[in-house]
Amino acid sequence: MSKLPTEQAKRDYWSQSIKWVLILLSIWFLASFGCGILFRTWLDENFPKIGNAPFGFWMAQQGSIIIFVLILIAYANVMARLDKNLER
Amino acid sequence: MSQNAWNFLFIGLSFAAYIFIAIRSRAGSTKEYYTAGGGVSPLTNGMATAADWMSAATFISMAGSLSISGYDGSRFLMGWTGGFVLLTVLMVPFLRKFGKATVPDFVGDRYYSQTARLVAVICAIFICLTYIMGQMRGVGIVFAQLFGIEIWLGVIIGGSIVFFYAGLGGMKGITYTQVAQYTVMAFAYTLPAVFIAMTLTGNVIPQLGFIGDYQGADGSVPFLEKLNNINTELGFAQYTDGSLSTIDMFCITAALMCGTAGLPHVIVRFFTVKDVKAVRKSAYWTLSFIAVIYLTAPTVGSFARVNLIEKLHDTSYADAPQWMKDFETTGQLAWVDKNNDGKIQYFGKGKSESKKDNAVFAGKTPSFNGSGDEAERGDHGQRLVKNEIATNNPNELWFGADMMVMASPHMGNTPKWVIALLMAGCIAAALSTAAGLLLVLSTAISHDLMKKIIKPDLTDKEEMRWARIASFGALVVGSFFAINPPSEFVAKTVAFAFGLAASSFFPTLLMGIFFKRINKYGGISGMVCGISFTLLYIIYFQFGLPGLGKGTPADYLFGISPEGIGTIGMLLNFAVAFIVSHFTPATPKHIKELVENIRFPRAAPGEAESAPVNH
Repeated sequence: MSKLPTEQAKRDYWSQSIKWVLILLSIWFLASFGCGILFRTWLDENFPKIGNAPFGFWMAQQGSIIIFVLILIAYANVMARLDKNLER
Repeated sequence: MSQNAWNFLFIGLSFAAYIFIAIRSRAGSTKEYYTAGGGVSPLTNGMATAADWMSAATFISMAGSLSISGYDGSRFLMGWTGGFVLLTVLMVPFLRKFGKATVPDFVGDRYYSQTARLVAVICAIFICLTYIMGQMRGVGIVFAQLFGIEIWLGVIIGGSIVFFYAGLGGMKGITYTQVAQYTVMAFAYTLPAVFIAMTLTGNVIPQLGFIGDYQGADGSVPFLEKLNNINTELGFAQYTDGSLSTIDMFCITAALMCGTAGLPHVIVRFFTVKDVKAVRKSAYWTLSFIAVIYLTAPTVGSFARVNLIEKLHDTSYADAPQWMKDFETTGQLAWVDKNNDGKIQYFGKGKSESKKDNAVFAGKTPSFNGSGDEAERGDHGQRLVKNEIATNNPNELWFGADMMVMASPHMGNTPKWVIALLMAGCIAAALSTAAGLLLVLSTAISHDLMKKIIKPDLTDKEEMRWARIASFGALVVGSFFAINPPSEFVAKTVAFAFGLAASSFFPTLLMGIFFKRINKYGGISGMVCGISFTLLYIIYFQFGLPGLGKGTPADYLFGISPEGIGTIGMLLNFAVAFIVSHFTPATPKHIKELVENIRFPRAAPGEAESAPVNH
């Protein structure tokens, strides 16, 4: 049976998890609300097109969804690593 | 083989499969009824959640909304997928560690109060009922299409089938049925898109065709440019431009995302897997499966728009394709020959006198004189509408957003079996979500209300009976509203459910996990203020309030439509909870320990590993 994690280890685990959640949520916000809504018009005009689609429009209809999937894969892996550290 | 024969074959086969699975894996105990026993693999659960998640609204109406509103439709795409990021990183791993069967269970324990539990039960019932209306209507539309009957009859037939297998199977039956349903849905949605992409753009992959070139009679042009040109020529806004204000777009998307993370029927799906690690894995599987359909939807919508306009605009009714007449029969499409030239004209707002309105007639949907063989016909054989004709604009064609997905394979001349598969997919989508919702509704009543609040000595068997009675009641109410829908599109009715979830469960659960300081007074008052504000706002603008009358868009708060108001309701919930908690006694020590405990995925040695669901 693994050792009981110390209080310090638990605090570290929690602050690390919060840190990662905040990082991933900022990417989430930028990809969707940022590229897809707030800065869309500017991105449409100034960013290279994806195929024939304006950048902001493409992010809103396709890109953001792909990024969401990647975020969740990253989350599962990062948290699995943190869990392992806590048990050691 | 005729189209009908193919339809019956595919739908019959899929039904046989669902019922076989439901009977094989029907629930024997409440534990199996509520959470399938708790040992479902992440991949299986991912598929089942995707099916549960993708409702009739997604499947039938979303591409249609996209095709009508272009960029504006992105709110559904981002909202309904982005919510899963919130759900996964902020909610489900912790709720799973907590290890209870339902969402009101968590709220009741975390806010150490029966009142909190009761408020949560009421919120859950409200949200699920709003949501299930959209599903039942979806079922109705498919059956209407299939048998050429009116939508109300379709709703009743569909409702009976859902009750039969969801009430019987419980979560265990539903989970394995949903895996089969997802498979049907994924093929049904992507295959027609592939066929249409090939004819329109010469590209096998719809997503590449979408950003590729349109292969028309007069050479190839970028597809989106072609679509923008068609739109502007007919007086619509450019497809890639939106018409919603940025703040409205922002608020609606936020409400959909936070609502997703607060929907009880999605949250409980994650209670069926083994442990926290499996929850995280299951979450990315779920979103990957969902992405398959969500990445295809914008392509289906845009292809359908080009096809629809090319095939119908400026075509005489006599030469119009058969599918148009079929949709006219079911009342999903109507043509009014305003200029008496026998040709169909389709124009946007830009062509009307006021530049604001392209309504074909007064009212939201057409009502026809007579149906079937008795239908009254005009000079060209079209069905006549009773509505008063709007004469301030030249637009002659009305169609519901609901018909786009159904019509697209007809427009693209795809093989008959593909159309039949699509029908089976639509039914799978509506059935799977309706089943998931019914389950939450019935557990909210049997477990949270009867067992935990009214009659704690309820036996397992009685609890199951209550669950089944409750699911029947919920279906009756849901079907009634599906027949008399309070809102235009399936997708819109559903959008309100998200507003309600965003303003009640999302903030309450989030604060329950991340802020120990929020006590029962804060939690309850936040939830009550959030959901009542949102509900009143929606009712005020959709139906009108006694004494106040009905609001017009000019009265919108900060220009936010009822669809997006959940975001403001959510902020209100947070604000009220923090302020009230600040002035009331601190959270008791054992609750703080409980919160501490759910933050760590593994149980401490000596403590029982979080067994799924004890009652």
